[in-house]
Amino acid sequence: MTNTMNSQTQATLSHLDWLEAEAIHILREVAGQTERPALLFSGGKDSVCLLRLAEKAFRPCRFPFPLLHIDTGHNYREVTDFRDKRAAELGERLIVRTLEDSIRRGSVVLKHPLESRNKHQSVTLLEAIAEFEFDCCIGGARRDEEKARAKERVMSFRDEFGQWDPKNQRPELWNLYNARTHRGENIRAFPISNWTEMDVWQYIEREKLELPSIYFAHKRPVVRKGDLLQPVTELTPAKQGDVIEEIMVRFRTVGDITCTAPVESHAASVEQIVIETATSTITERGATRLDDQTSEASMEQRKKEGYF
Amino acid sequence: MSAIEHLPNQDNGLLRFMTCGSVDDGKSTLIGRLLYDTKTILADALSAIEKTSRKRGLAAPDLALLTDGLQAEREQGITIDVAYRYFSTATRKYIIADAPGHEQYTRNMVTAASTTNLAIIMIDARKGVLAQTRRHSYIAHLVGVPHLVVAVNKMDLVDYDESVFERIRAEYLAFADKMGLSAKGFEVRFIPISALAGDNIVSRSEATPWYTGPSLLEILESAPPAGQHKDKAASEAFRFPVQYVCRPQASDDPALHDYRGFMGRIESGSVKAGDAVTLLPSGRTSRIKAVHLGDAAIAHGVSEQSVTLLLEDEIDISRGDMIVKTAEAPEPRKALRAMLCWLSETPLSPARTYLIRHTTRTVKAKLASIAYKVDVNSQEHIDAVQLAMNDIAEVDWKLAQPVFADSYAENRATGAFIVIDEATNNTVGAGMVL
Repeated sequence: MTNTMNSQTQATLSHLDWLEAEAIHILREVAGQTERPALLFSGGKDSVCLLRLAEKAFRPCRFPFPLLHIDTGHNYREVTDFRDKRAAELGERLIVRTLEDSIRRGSVVLKHPLESRNKHQSVTLLEAIAEFEFDCCIGGARRDEEKARAKERVMSFRDEFGQWDPKNQRPELWNLYNARTHRGENIRAFPISNWTEMDVWQYIEREKLELPSIYFAHKRPVVRKGDLLQPVTELTPAKQGDVIEEIMVRFRTVGDITCTAPVESHAASVEQIVIETATSTITERGATRLDDQTSEASMEQRKKEGYF
Repeated sequence: MSAIEHLPNQDNGLLRFMTCGSVDDGKSTLIGRLLYDTKTILADALSAIEKTSRKRGLAAPDLALLTDGLQAEREQGITIDVAYRYFSTATRKYIIADAPGHEQYTRNMVTAASTTNLAIIMIDARKGVLAQTRRHSYIAHLVGVPHLVVAVNKMDLVDYDESVFERIRAEYLAFADKMGLSAKGFEVRFIPISALAGDNIVSRSEATPWYTGPSLLEILESAPPAGQHKDKAASEAFRFPVQYVCRPQASDDPALHDYRGFMGRIESGSVKAGDAVTLLPSGRTSRIKAVHLGDAAIAHGVSEQSVTLLLEDEIDISRGDMIVKTAEAPEPRKALRAMLCWLSETPLSPARTYLIRHTTRTVKAKLASIAYKVDVNSQEHIDAVQLAMNDIAEVDWKLAQPVFADSYAENRATGAFIVIDEATNNTVGAGMVL
């Protein structure tokens, strides 16, 4: 009868307990309301939290959904290795679909070989949805990440083209979620909508969740591009005249190598990251995403086209 | 994100609140101010709004820009949907539901109010109590928001004059009484503020020495958090709608062959091993064998916790059923009298069959009658034969199967339902059982 929560005597749940209870409720609604859901698992910190929440929601049963990863082929090795290891530990089915396949099929055409593959993920995702007839995809997106996400529903409806129509969203009241769809349509479910970056790190700390190593401070060659650090990799080689520096960095988000930048940091543990997060003066995406900088509306545009 | 001094040293839970008002009342500025003063706005976000403010020819950064989410709204300069914002202090996390206040957005306000425990009603000190003030207060009351804070804003534009504040307070109380806002369990507080100048937001302002009450943030810090239903927590009936049933028969672990876990969220009350329970709709009874959270057994589960219940007896239960304590079981209802807010552009049709989702249960339903429609500005009752978007009315529904509802006034979770259009699958109505 062990329990670490302080809710036994007070009627008040701590904020993490409340957020956890809400997320578990949402995951169970997905399981109860949809026929063929999938959980998007990239190995990133938000989806690591989702897996923990799914364990709390469904164990000792198996998850009522497979894990799905849309691999751009431009992910850090540490992250994809971690993804495979975690899925194996849980004994859950992991489906990986690659952007490479979409390129071979001709559904994705890159402007040039090194173009960022991030926005093209939507195509591969929609193809995977069609292939497995998924009627719901669970994702780790949060409303605090970006302006366009602040109005996103917990259960967000997408038409048969995978499009999000911000002006025509289903009203969402109380905790009565509506995940009904017709054939070919799709729900994107976001159990940690109400979490902030800080909540995620505090939850990782409390639950002692393992993460890919690149979330922690390590030495890496980078080039400074304005306020951002561009990692020097095979995909993002230094250009002539670039000054390469070897410095201690960590990633706040992990994604496509070509559009995810690390931040300077010496935080080597979750505890230290929690403290750094609390003192940060730059938003998560602002410090790290090379793809959101183009225009204030770029996330909204990608979401309309089927992006998460 | 919050600054270092905001690392929680004491966790006082989470408060969901909403702000009611129009752009002109300074609602967006107030939210921007709260985010700014709690150091939630980070440098890059601030530099983005500074850039936009300069482009628009403004001298100071317009904090209201922080809350304009979508491209269409930024272009039109209005807020057309509910947006959610987050900030935290040393002791508490906050979720703000930001909804537009115009009459044609009644449905958005109802949506925002449905998950909040406190509403800030914005009044422009120069204009006093308006029709919209009554509308916002009525909707907050209708949707059962237990705490109202009337913020008299733009005090800087009336020279921080106490008599202006007192006049508005008296005006407000006069109609609040009529509306039933002074009823038990409902609380209204008044505060003079300037969102623009930051007066009485985080700390008490020297500009209003005559105001001796708490600052707005102090009010938020001390309000009862989510999951705690003001002095009802202990006595509220146990309600557990079953979301999902876990039967891991195929598992390698023989200990699990007879395992049946009933998974759900405790909507109200609490539960512990040994409690006598009744399963609805079957009416069968059993006892709680254990309450689990994840893989840990817990002594008892409390309101708003997501848990798994194990019973002493083998009973078939499926999603849509409800587990309650035998001594406090609700009556099955095949007819619902309710206040209904219509959310859809397609009017409510008495000829059609709809789906009603109540907790985890979905039943077919038809409209039986409309008693009256409410004028949201004057709260007068009007005869109606049809309901259009943003209408609020008292109606009767006939249900194909029973639901186990409480009155909304007693229990927000088991008194609420949504109406779904079977053809489009859209959520078209929001109901509160009378």
